[in-house]
Amino acid sequence: MSNAVMDKPAVPEVIPSFTATLIIRRFDPEVDDEPRWQDFDVEVYPTDRVLDALHKIKWEQDGSLTFRRSCAHGVCGSDAMRINGRNRLACKTLIKDLDISKPIYVEAIKGLPLEKDLIVDMEPFFESYRQINPFLMAGATKDGKERKQSPVERARFDDTTKCILCAACTSSCPVFWTDGQYFGPAAIVNAHRFIFDSRDEGAGVRLDILNDKEGVWRCRTTFNCSEACPRGIEVTKAIAEVKQAIMRGKA
Amino acid sequence: MTAESVSTVSAERRTPKIVTPRRPAGTVYRGREGMWSWVLHRITGVAIYFFLLVHILDTSLVRVSPEAYNAVINSYKTPIMGLGEIALVAAIGLHALNGLRIIAIDFTGFGTRHQKAMFWVAIGLWVVLLAGFVPRQLMHIFGGA
Repeated sequence: MSNAVMDKPAVPEVIPSFTATLIIRRFDPEVDDEPRWQDFDVEVYPTDRVLDALHKIKWEQDGSLTFRRSCAHGVCGSDAMRINGRNRLACKTLIKDLDISKPIYVEAIKGLPLEKDLIVDMEPFFESYRQINPFLMAGATKDGKERKQSPVERARFDDTTKCILCAACTSSCPVFWTDGQYFGPAAIVNAHRFIFDSRDEGAGVRLDILNDKEGVWRCRTTFNCSEACPRGIEVTKAIAEVKQAIMRGKA
Repeated sequence: MTAESVSTVSAERRTPKIVTPRRPAGTVYRGREGMWSWVLHRITGVAIYFFLLVHILDTSLVRVSPEAYNAVINSYKTPIMGLGEIALVAAIGLHALNGLRIIAIDFTGFGTRHQKAMFWVAIGLWVVLLAGFVPRQLMHIFGGA
């Protein structure tokens, strides 16, 4: 926002702005018994994202609006929220790409305990992530040198290395909403990243963990996770590959 | 007096902010083909389960009393039951066709990439199936044939 001044002199014409209405699901645990909807009118530019509109509301209209964001460029995965009924990163969703003739509904992601406004308790999500051993499990190499990997072997798990742990997938999953014990798509994606890594020796351990009634077999292939992923990971495909690896007994 | 004025002030302060609650539980998640195919699969699956329960009971009745079996089967030959049969064929047809799609998704990479197209193919085949069955069944119910 602060850089806008630098861009303007080159094109002196006035950039058209328009008014967007955001309806935000607010919840303050110290005041509210249950969440309530509140609407805000914000003047925005076609280049603005939902996150910019939230900033404008917080800075100019209501400082009590609470949400998480860190890098604001789709890398840190802090600002996953439900925008017009679908999980999106607020920092990667342009307002002009939404239907601006209607109000924009913004609410917290579903299935995790709501703490305040757009913030949920992410601990159950990270607990599942920790359970699948999200680190390289390998002993020392014989000659003490590096672990070599061919480009083909690297490509095998490339898709699942892109995860930023924003929880957009896990909190879009109908199974996770009703059954919080389910590991959820994000944990399985991160297990997939190591199970199919040729340098890793812990595939058996991870397949054992996920071969559980709360593991991969809870997946009902609704594809909400694949649609929600801001990094375009084929999440349901990764889960299906883990299912097949369990059936075959090897990665 | 004091308590009253405090409540009035706080009410005034809060009034412009509070909009009539619209679905405080949140909006319905706007899933796409995959989510709705799962919803339909679950609904038809549960419905078929209850049909099979009744079907096994009425069929096993023939071992108990053939007369009672005939009475029950005759009660099925009413227009209401005829329409129910249309619902039954529709549910089983959809569950079967979408079931083939799910098998393809679980066992092939092709299936996960083309699940949306496969959903619409399943719906298309289902419509063809019903187009063949429903007119004949309606003639059977209401034509007295």
